Amino acid sequence: MSENPHAFLALFLGVALAFPLILLTVAWLWVRFFQRARPGKIKNATYECGLEASGDSWIQFKAHYYLYAILFLIFDVEVLFLLPFAVAFTGLSSGALIAMLVFILLLVEGLVWAWHRGHLEWK
Amino acid sequence: MSGSASTPSPTPFPAAGNISDEDRENLRRNGILLTSLEELYNWGRSNSIWPLQFGLACCAIEMIAAATARFDIARFGAEIFRPSPRQADLMIVSGTVTKKMAPLVVRLWNQMPEPKYCIAMGACAISGGPFKQGYNVLKGIDRFIPVDIYIPGCPPRPEALLHGLTQLQAKIRGERIAGPDMARHLRPENPGEFPIPDYGARDLEPPSNPALFQPPSLPRKA
Repeated sequence: MSENPHAFLALFLGVALAFPLILLTVAWLWVRFFQRARPGKIKNATYECGLEASGDSWIQFKAHYYLYAILFLIFDVEVLFLLPFAVAFTGLSSGALIAMLVFILLLVEGLVWAWHRGHLEWK
Repeated sequence: MSGSASTPSPTPFPAAGNISDEDRENLRRNGILLTSLEELYNWGRSNSIWPLQFGLACCAIEMIAAATARFDIARFGAEIFRPSPRQADLMIVSGTVTKKMAPLVVRLWNQMPEPKYCIAMGACAISGGPFKQGYNVLKGIDRFIPVDIYIPGCPPRPEALLHGLTQLQAKIRGERIAGPDMARHLRPENPGEFPIPDYGARDLEPPSNPALFQPPSLPRKA
């Protein structure tokens, strides 16, 4: 075939554009000629499972748990690297072993720091 | 061809224009499908009624059963239970409406976009059912919401709900988009919102919507 092999992509793009456009146009025409939108105070109110919405949606949130998220990250990253480390342990060069131990030391250092600061105590 | 044009159609699909149902059927057998905008509109929306996903009491269990594989409400295009009233077409009031719950149900009804329909499922939603004498039970959701289909039963079986749904489909298919007997949701004079009752000292305030519900008056014999 002499046609461009990517011509079907243009066809897909055309259909993908035409399909929603046709639907939106029909919906717009329907609203325009047959069924006017009838908004109201209750209808436009915030949906709260039938209850009347109360209070402010902008509440203050105590962001204290970020420390636990960071501590979790220590173990998360550790497991991620320790598993391939353990699998490839026998074939490792001494340089790679030292690099891995330094990496673990850095992670453990973070844990020790958090422990020392008392962040592991449940408050 | 115009002989039986003026006779009323017995089917839920009334003939469009001047062509009788018989002629249309003959044309359809020969591979010519005639339709009108009204029929197309009603056909589309009667086969995609999305109910609002909420249940009030034991009838809701039967509603859930109707949605499962055994009864399969998806056969009628009504399996998409929407968690938001903004996307729902049908409110199935399935169960006892307590007076505490009634304002919430009415608010949800108000938040649904037109065209919307209401099915009162079970004795409680129709009249209060076995709890009619209770101090805390609304004696029928039709005191606040215009109900299209009543499904009796305590609780109705899933087949009864499906029957009610097909009845609603037939009702939708018979609706007109123009003319004197135009559908309710197309009339601008009809209210788009219904007043939400408040919690009073002893009862809901008001206890019913007088535009929808008039208590039956018993004539007293002298």
